[in-house]
Amino acid sequence: MAKLTYIKAITDGLDQVLKNDPKTLIFGEDVGKNGGVFRTTEGLQDKYGTDRVFDTPLAESGILGMSIGLSLTGWRPIPEIQFMGFTMEAVDSIGGQMSRNRFRMSGDVSMPITIRTPFGGGTHTAELHGDSLEGLFIGIPGLRVVTPANPYDAKGMIISAVENNDPVLFMENLKLYRSMKAEVPEGHYTVPLDKANVVHEGSDITVVAYSAEVNEALKVADKLEKENISVEVIDLRSLSPIDDATIFASIDKTHKVVIAQEAQKMTGAGAKVAADIAENDIMSLDAPIGRVAAPDSIFPFAMAENDWLPNADDIEAKVREILNY
Amino acid sequence: MAAEDKQVVDFAKIKSTMSDPYKKPVQVIDENGKIVNQELFDRFSDDDLVTLMKKMVWERALHEQTMNFSRQGRLGFYAPTYGEEASEMGIAQAMKKQDYLFPAYRDLPQLIQHGATVKEGYLWSKGHYQCYDYVREGVRAWIPQIIIGAQYVQAAGAALGIKKNGEKDTVAYAFTGDGGTSQGDFYEGVNFASSFQAPAVFFVQNNGWAISVPRKTQTAAETLAQKGVASGVPATQVDGMDILATYLVAKDARDFVAAGNGPALVETLTYRFGAHSSAGDDPSRYRTKEQEKPWFDRDPLIRLRKVLTEKKLWDQDQEDKLVTQYKDEFKQAMKDAEAAPKQKISDFLKNTFEVPTPDVAADIKKFEAKESK
Repeated sequence: MAKLTYIKAITDGLDQVLKNDPKTLIFGEDVGKNGGVFRTTEGLQDKYGTDRVFDTPLAESGILGMSIGLSLTGWRPIPEIQFMGFTMEAVDSIGGQMSRNRFRMSGDVSMPITIRTPFGGGTHTAELHGDSLEGLFIGIPGLRVVTPANPYDAKGMIISAVENNDPVLFMENLKLYRSMKAEVPEGHYTVPLDKANVVHEGSDITVVAYSAEVNEALKVADKLEKENISVEVIDLRSLSPIDDATIFASIDKTHKVVIAQEAQKMTGAGAKVAADIAENDIMSLDAPIGRVAAPDSIFPFAMAENDWLPNADDIEAKVREILNY
Repeated sequence: MAAEDKQVVDFAKIKSTMSDPYKKPVQVIDENGKIVNQELFDRFSDDDLVTLMKKMVWERALHEQTMNFSRQGRLGFYAPTYGEEASEMGIAQAMKKQDYLFPAYRDLPQLIQHGATVKEGYLWSKGHYQCYDYVREGVRAWIPQIIIGAQYVQAAGAALGIKKNGEKDTVAYAFTGDGGTSQGDFYEGVNFASSFQAPAVFFVQNNGWAISVPRKTQTAAETLAQKGVASGVPATQVDGMDILATYLVAKDARDFVAAGNGPALVETLTYRFGAHSSAGDDPSRYRTKEQEKPWFDRDPLIRLRKVLTEKKLWDQDQEDKLVTQYKDEFKQAMKDAEAAPKQKISDFLKNTFEVPTPDVAADIKKFEAKESK
């Protein structure tokens, strides 16, 4: 097994799906010769040719709209939206069109489209590059929204997403692209799109997180272990649907929960997790549901973003508050 | 600054002449039934002329009967096609079975000509899932688009898919109206198809009105055809009240595109004789009878009827019989539509994802229990 960065793990996964299925197509802005502005598709055009991996005009609605027409003519599109903020230009193609087509056609037409898009704060980008916009999309029936938190999942989930016949919004964390490196198996393997993962076992409190906040939660788990506080960390992986079963099994054991997300509290997946727990498993808890999220402002100017983004300290403080309730 | 008094670029001249190449709508017969282009007219056999007339009579009868059903409260949303028969049937006649059709909500007649049924059209209006049976049965057509503009970007993608599949003599069609040309997706679709030199034929059926907003509010450009040119797409206007001209231009556009030359765009000049939709829209709020009159004088049926009658190929009795026959078919289609099975929410839930998610699975159970009572 080789040690790969999160971004190279995605590249490796894309290489697999291009190799295995001749109907897969990668396209978007700068994904061809340039290999993407982050180099996620680096080398793929050379390897698979300009018919399979190609640049498009600069227009997000066009990119996702053409994905629908390509699906209807038998192709399996893997469009890239260069930054998640740019999906704002293409909301109709996602929420008004591709996510509804299976329903419209009584299950007889699939839209096997995987929209890859980077997001997430902490890299001092320009405005609308780092925003966590998953809250806009998890409310769309028929659309899967997933985000890996480590290189192993990144490769296994991109392969699963492309092989899945539902439209999938695949969110790639900008900060994790090159800051994480881990063992990644060679060849083809999959990670399920709808299963949360217990990434750190514990018995005193559960922290449910996703994307970069999983790593922040893991830092807290390691730190508190020295104080004999046992924190269980769950990586949601899928934001729509939410794998409630894994969460409920954990809180049935720990009886306490903190939900951590990078998005503002008014959006993101945390509120849905809290509602599911409150609706179905509230009697397992012996303290209120704790939440860690960014404040409900616009994503801040880059020089101030680290004061705004929730981090391990925020999670630790909330964990202690819930433990001492 | 230097040379302030001296013009380098004559913007006024550019503005006053830039639309000229696109302002030459092709016409074969004028509104008085006079043949204005004999050479083009002679391309049609007597049978061709009768076929085209029948298509327009069919569409007019469809509109009339559908409006009756609408008044009887037997339909939901319906966008009247009254006045646009030459434009819609002229284009439809140029389409081939293997072509992909991306219609908008006023394009049910072309959709039916391409293989959908009148019953499906009525089910679409009423709101029943069997309205899309034609897609499942392999008719190469997509849904009547509600989000105007979306059909343009999707057609561009289908055109690229056709090209990548190596399908010969096959194109994708997208339809919109004058209002639709203001959408960003309109331009993105035309431009994407052009960038990829994909086989898409774009139609703008300029019927003068986007609900109450007149054509001139959409753009100061003198034609809508010229909107193709900025993307490198050849474009033209055609008299959309003249089915012979519309057919010939639609066919030329299709031939050009199907030969691998990239997309083309056609603006048909037509008119929405009726309201925007069968529910609630009253044109007298925003246009006068005087404004409407010249367009009613251009009624596409009147002019071809005159030509055919003079050639003794047509008479009123024959037309009346056809109308009765067509309307009987539409009445049967409505009966069939009204006999469609009751819809189940549990079925809809099953088609949300390929494999139901846990939340959806719980809802399926809940609704199946309700539905079995």
